[in-house]
Order: sequence, then structure tokens, then C-alpha cells
Amino acid sequence: MSGTINEIQDEIIEEFAILEGDAEMTNFYIIELGQKLPPLAEKHKVEENTIKGCQSKVWLITAPEGERMTFEADSNSAITKGLVSLLVRIFDHQKASDIVDADLYFIDKIGMNRFIGTQRSNGFAAMIKQIKLLALVYRDSKEIVKTNATDK
Amino acid sequence: MSHFSPHSAVAANADFDVQEIRKQFPVLHQQVNNRPLIYFDNAATSQKPAAVIEALHHYYTHDNANIHRGIHTLAERATAAFEATRLAVKELINAREVEEVIFTTGTTDSINLVTSSYGRSFIQQGDEVIISAMEHHSNIVPWQMLCEEKGAILRVIPVTEEGELQLEEYKKMLNERTKFVSIVYASNSLGTINPVEEMIDLAHEQGAVVLLDGAQATAHLDIDVQQLNCDFYAFSAHKMFGPTGVGVLYGKRRLLEKMPPYRGGGEMIKNVSFEKTTYNDIPYKFEAGTPNIGDTVAFLKAIEFIQQVGKKNIAVHEHQLLTYAHEALEKVPGLKIIGKAKKKVSVVSFIIEGVFHFDIGQMLDARGIAIRTGHHCTQPLMDIYQIEGTARASFSVYNTTAEIDSLVEGLQRIVKMMK
Ligand SMILES: Cc1ncc(COP(=O)(O)O)c(C=O)c1O
Repeated sequence: MSGTINEIQDEIIEEFAILEGDAEMTNFYIIELGQKLPPLAEKHKVEENTIKGCQSKVWLITAPEGERMTFEADSNSAITKGLVSLLVRIFDHQKASDIVDADLYFIDKIGMNRFIGTQRSNGFAAMIKQIKLLALVYRDSKEIVKTNATDK
Repeated sequence: MSHFSPHSAVAANADFDVQEIRKQFPVLHQQVNNRPLIYFDNAATSQKPAAVIEALHHYYTHDNANIHRGIHTLAERATAAFEATRLAVKELINAREVEEVIFTTGTTDSINLVTSSYGRSFIQQGDEVIISAMEHHSNIVPWQMLCEEKGAILRVIPVTEEGELQLEEYKKMLNERTKFVSIVYASNSLGTINPVEEMIDLAHEQGAVVLLDGAQATAHLDIDVQQLNCDFYAFSAHKMFGPTGVGVLYGKRRLLEKMPPYRGGGEMIKNVSFEKTTYNDIPYKFEAGTPNIGDTVAFLKAIEFIQQVGKKNIAVHEHQLLTYAHEALEKVPGLKIIGKAKKKVSVVSFIIEGVFHFDIGQMLDARGIAIRTGHHCTQPLMDIYQIEGTARASFSVYNTTAEIDSLVEGLQRIVKMMK
């Protein structure tokens, strides 16, 4: 783990600042980030792991790690893969409760919507929603376990 | 011939100067993402010459009134301007009579008028309707709805790998139960110009009625509805330099007269009483309510623009762009052109191995190049080619070979980046 959610967001904001808002360089940078994300095994690229509401196909899987969660993702679009790689970078190995509460200010700071357009922004929002939903379900399940434990 | 064969179109008129034409299109003179805009999404909608934009402004500044009912000066002027466009459309497509030109809101609306009025009255259970595998959704869904309602059968002409209709299959499909054939003249996804004259004759031999979807054809080909002998012809103003929200349905008088109106309201009646309402004559019978007067008036200037440049010049220039683009694009590694019919309008659909079509569009936009990506409202066609969508560049009279060079350069960068 390389920092808190906000520390990683700040890193991303710094990296994008170097691109000076150039649309082409930003696209290429996003693609490069995606290329660094390890591909998902074919067996995970199934319907139940896809995120609805994206133009391209996006697969996302999660696994528990104590209070924390891990994420892996892939896409058939290079740009989408780069976008989801940002979310994996931010949320992988974070506490479920922190994921639920996270305020993703980096999106506005880097002017993301300007580069990716409305359709993709909607897709990106769907990815975030999915991750937060998974985190919510996991956090609540942990809390139920905890309450059950204190009952005893 | 009702269109200019690409092979006979060799030399452009010496008067044709693309830079002069570009000057007439204000929207082209802007930067997108710090680069000059290159607009290659003409099959979706064309840009508008200044004359059209000024006509809209002029109409609302000087002449605005409701038409056909007023006796005051502005109403007279507005009516005259509206009807002047109808006359220009008649001449553009060489209809026999001006009453055969009905104004609608677009191609989609025109086709729905035919399925709702003609279709619901004259197509019965067990009848057959033929469309093709390369239809736009707007020439599929209204027929599906009609066939479902009536218990009629929808048959689909398949396409070849090159993107041409399989005429032998069409011939086999035609029979005495065939009541309607509704075909796209030029495909928006593949660019294919279909051999519609022959197809119309074959349909007529079986007594079937034929509609041509001219959405992509009208700006690019010479249209003569009498020579084509189609029964209906549908198109949109916005794809031929005119405003959005205006379309045309041409229909033969004989058919229009026997069709019932499909929307009731003002304008379309002669006399209304609670006992009996009598309908107006064509074309007004089909134009219920206040039409889109301002845009229809401005549409005249789009038709005049086409006539001033000349259909022949447009065809020659666009064919040069198409040939140039085909040759240049094939040099991009991994690029495959979808749609290689012998006769095409200036539309090039392509895919690049390993690159998602949407990414191509986004990365070109970063270089100021506007193309379209996706299924282009022809999902069944994409299924046939087993692809989710394509990237599509479509050219108009104001595009240049230098712009195509920029497109190719942009694509080459993408391919390199994706390696
Ligand atoms: C071949 C074809 N038919 C029909 C249409 C529908 O036209 P409109 O949306 O103007 O009604 C289009 C527009 O994309 C088209 O390309």
C-alpha cells in the first residue's frame, strides 16, 4: 500500500498537472497507466464481473483482506483500462469504511470530464458507484460479524 | 443513371474551389483541442452554410408568422417562404407535382408516417415486408412494430462480405405476398449505394410498393424520383446542409390520396364538426399542427447551396476524397475497412485490430478530428460482421485531402501508442 486515499489522489493530481491540460498527452498518459495494470485472468471476464453503464466492457473483481479490500480490473478499451487503473490504484488495499466515505476530489481537480466526455464520465461514475457499493456491503457484513461477536 | 458513376466522374469542374466553399461554413473555422477542427462526421449531420444560418435569423427577424391561415402581411410572407421550399424540394428530387412533397421532422418521421398510415391501412396478416440487413434502426423498428401489430412477416435481404446486398436472395424473397419493400439508398455505416432502380422494378413486378430511405443519398447523388420510380422517398434536411427538425416524405399522388391521415389536428382538415370532419387535400392532410416553419424556410438556402455548387461537382469531389481515403487508410497497420462495395458514397467505416472503436474517436478528438464511433444505429449489421462497432469518417464537399492526411497521421500515432 502506497498511502491513504487522499495521498494517492494528490499524487495523481500532481502527475496530471505535468500534462498541462493537453488532450492528446492526457489520453496517452491514461493509456500508459492502463498498460501497467496487470491483465485480468480470462476466467474473471464474465458477465457478473462487468460494470453496467459503460460503453466498453469493464470487469472488476474484489477480494477481502481483513478490514481491507483488494481490487483488480480490466477492459477491452485501452482508455477505459487506464481510467479504472486510477481507481484500482486509489482503492486497492484500503479499508472498506474509508472507501465508502472517500471523496474523490481528484476528478474535478484534473478536469477529467473535459478529457473523457460525457459518455465516458458516466461510465467512470458507474465504476466508482460499483466499487463503493462493494465496499458498503463488505463493511456492513464485517459490522454484523462484530456485533454478533460482542453479543456473546 | 440516377447517380454519377464513380468511374465516369473523372474531372471536377474547373470552377470548383474547395477553399471558397469552406469560407461559406463558419463552424469550420475554429480550433478544437488547440488544432484546426477537421469535421468528418457528415453522415451524422452536415454543417450549415452561412446562407442557411442567415435565413433562419432573417425569418425570425422579419417574417415570423403562422402560415396558411392569416391574411396579414407577415402571414403571407411566411406562407410564401414555406411553400417556396416545397417547390424547391420538388425540383431537387424531380417530383411530378409539388403536392407530392410532405414536410415532416426528418427521415425517421417520414418512415413512421408511411408505416402508420399506408402500412396500417394496406398491410394485412400474412403479408410480407422486405427490408435489408444494412438498414438504419429508423427503417427497421417502425416495420417491426407494424408487422407485430398486423401479424405480417418481415424479411431481411442479407449482405455480402464487401457490404453489398445479395440480390439473388432478394429475388427469391419476392412473391405475391410481398406488399412492401423499404430499402436504404445509400448506407450510413458502409457507404454502399444500392442498385435501387433494379430492385424497385423487381418489386413492382410483384405489385409491391417501395420506399427509399434517402437520408444519406440526397446530399451526394442526383435524385430523380420519377426515373427511380420509387413510391415513397424519405430524407432529412440536416444531412444536406439544412437545419435540424425538417424532413421530407415524397409519395406518389395516387398512394398519398388513398392513405388516411395519421395525426389529427389543425391544418390537416377542411371542415370540422362533431358529426363529420373532412380532411384537407395532400400534402396538408399529413401536416397536422403548426409545422417547423423557420427551419423549413431556411432549408431553401441549403437546396440553393447544393444547386450552386452543382451535384456533379459535389459527386466528383467526394469521390476523390473517398478514393484517397481508402488508399491512405489501408496503409495504417492493422486497419480494416468495413464496407468495400463497388459503388459508395463518401463514408469509410473501419476497425483497427486491438483498438476499441471508442478509443479511436476519443484520441482523434484530442487532435481536433471529429469522427463517429459505435454501431451507427445499425446494430443488426454490426452483428453480421461480428463487431461491436466501427470508427467512421464521412466526407462532405468542404473536406480536403490534407484533412485526410491528418486523419491518417492521427491513426498512425494511435497504433504506435497501443503497441
Ligand atoms: C440511412 C439513414 N436512415 C435514417 C436516418 C435517420 O435520420 P433522422 O435521424 O434525421 O430521422 C439516418 C440518420 O442517421 C440514416 O443515416
